[in-house]
Amino acid sequence: MRTRATTAMIRLALLLAAILVAGHAHAEHLIVSVSNHRVTVTPNYSGEELVLFGSIERERDAPLPPAGYDLVVTVSGPPVDMVTRRKARWFGIWVNADSRQFLQVPAYLAVFANRPLERIAAPDILRRRQLGLNNVLLTQRVGSDYADVVPSDPFRRAFIRLRSEHGLYRENTSAVTFLTPTLFRASIPLPAEVPTGTYTIDIKLLAGGALIAKTDTAFEIVKVGFEQFVATAARQHGMAYGVATALMALTAGWMASIVFRRD
Amino acid sequence: MPRLEVHAAKAPPVSSQIRKRTRVQLYLPIADIPVNVLLILAMGAAVGFVSGMFGIGGGFLMTPLLIFVGIAPAVAVATVTSHIAASSFSGALSYWRKRAIDPMLALVLLSGGIIGTILGVLTFTRLRSLGQLDLLIALSYLVLLSGVGAAMSWEGLRAMLRARQSRTVPLRRSGGHGWVHGLPLKIRFKRSKIYLSAIPVIAIGLLIGFIGAVMGIGGGFILVPLLIYLLRVPTSTVIGTSMMLTLITMTFATVLHAATNHLVDAVLALILMTGGVTGAQFGARAGQRIRGEHLRLLLGLLILAVGIRFAIELGIRPADLYTVRETTGDT
Repeated sequence: MRTRATTAMIRLALLLAAILVAGHAHAEHLIVSVSNHRVTVTPNYSGEELVLFGSIERERDAPLPPAGYDLVVTVSGPPVDMVTRRKARWFGIWVNADSRQFLQVPAYLAVFANRPLERIAAPDILRRRQLGLNNVLLTQRVGSDYADVVPSDPFRRAFIRLRSEHGLYRENTSAVTFLTPTLFRASIPLPAEVPTGTYTIDIKLLAGGALIAKTDTAFEIVKVGFEQFVATAARQHGMAYGVATALMALTAGWMASIVFRRD
Repeated sequence: MPRLEVHAAKAPPVSSQIRKRTRVQLYLPIADIPVNVLLILAMGAAVGFVSGMFGIGGGFLMTPLLIFVGIAPAVAVATVTSHIAASSFSGALSYWRKRAIDPMLALVLLSGGIIGTILGVLTFTRLRSLGQLDLLIALSYLVLLSGVGAAMSWEGLRAMLRARQSRTVPLRRSGGHGWVHGLPLKIRFKRSKIYLSAIPVIAIGLLIGFIGAVMGIGGGFILVPLLIYLLRVPTSTVIGTSMMLTLITMTFATVLHAATNHLVDAVLALILMTGGVTGAQFGARAGQRIRGEHLRLLLGLLILAVGIRFAIELGIRPADLYTVRETTGDT
């Protein structure tokens, strides 16, 4: 017990030291919190909106950067494998001719900033830090290789466009608002179609086109109560679930024939 | 001087993309999307009416409708099986009371159907590993629906015209003609009042089971015309018998889908069933009132319409050339 407590204290001391060292390296660091860390899916769930609050902590007398701070918030949902198909005319009919696999890409991806990204930093910085939908890494299977492609790739563009139409991918460069020069807030809209799982929020602070601090937080979307019960039953007791559903079907049919029996 | 600033936590109206939903919305636990309960009820009732009227499962109508509402195709196909089981049981019970089911015929058909289903599932797995399964399914829908639909509409129309021109309808009823009736292993199907070889009956069951497994449909709309035109089973017992067969295969399919793919959404199924069984009752009553050739013409036109829809989908340049789909686990 005692050794464990000592180890914990040593770890804490080391962590504090690390934070202090980091604090010296960067004049600023970020403190953020999301309004709800656990979004529960109930039968009347129809999407939700979370609010991210944060503050930029500075050295006591450090001057504000002349052009102010810039923030880019990237919210990514659980990774999924997707396939994008392209139709082509083939003997007079339209068939899926070509397809690309997108591997372990976020099911939900939202990029929020306080002003247009191209005004926040140079294109190479944006690309290196994966800021913006055009710069986020979306791994594709290219032949036997795995790689991302240029933002102008038709499959990549179609993929982002189609996901955006469902509100699952979005980029809003006016969603982060500064309440004071160091206090900010951003709304995270979650449409009802978003999958359950763990979502990470990555917050990057820039000033004068350079990254000066970053932090991350997370929230989860979980099914509770009846929804969870049904989903778990279907996954873990498939056979029993199937028999129960079939019995339900037969009961429904039988009930109807009794209710509507005229003779 | 310490300064205190207070900001309201209520966010400004950013939620333009989150549509305001009314109380009728319900979140589906397996399909993972909220749906309008009234809309799904109405869809179930409409398809149930059609299925009760013609003695078909209605899967070829229900599955595209669910996909159109936004439910993943795999979930739609798996869930529709339980809806078909419910509405065909409700329909089958009323046909049973009217003594419009031939149990012997259903049993012989089923024996072929089981073998056909197993063969179909094996073929399905094989085709999926080769790719282009989607195209094959779309093309077989097109060919089958347009072919069967056109043939039935034409026959129904001709029968109607004949009935109008000359009062005496030359009914080509069961008899010793046709190669089908020359086959051995004859069985007497008492309820249908036909004496027929078991071979074509088993073959038809096999074909329906195979097509059903490959295309993900009950196959009632192919079974009914085959029984009427090839085997000359009287229309009075065809519909009830087809329903009985659909009931058994779809009940098994529900259990199999749930046990293997875990994609049957019980909540969605319950809403569909509630509408479906009600619709099927009214449909069955309406079907008994309408004359045989009218019924066949109507069913023919309906099938043809769905077939044409598939043809249009394949033939016209789509508005969006790209589609995105999640690949669940298996690729």
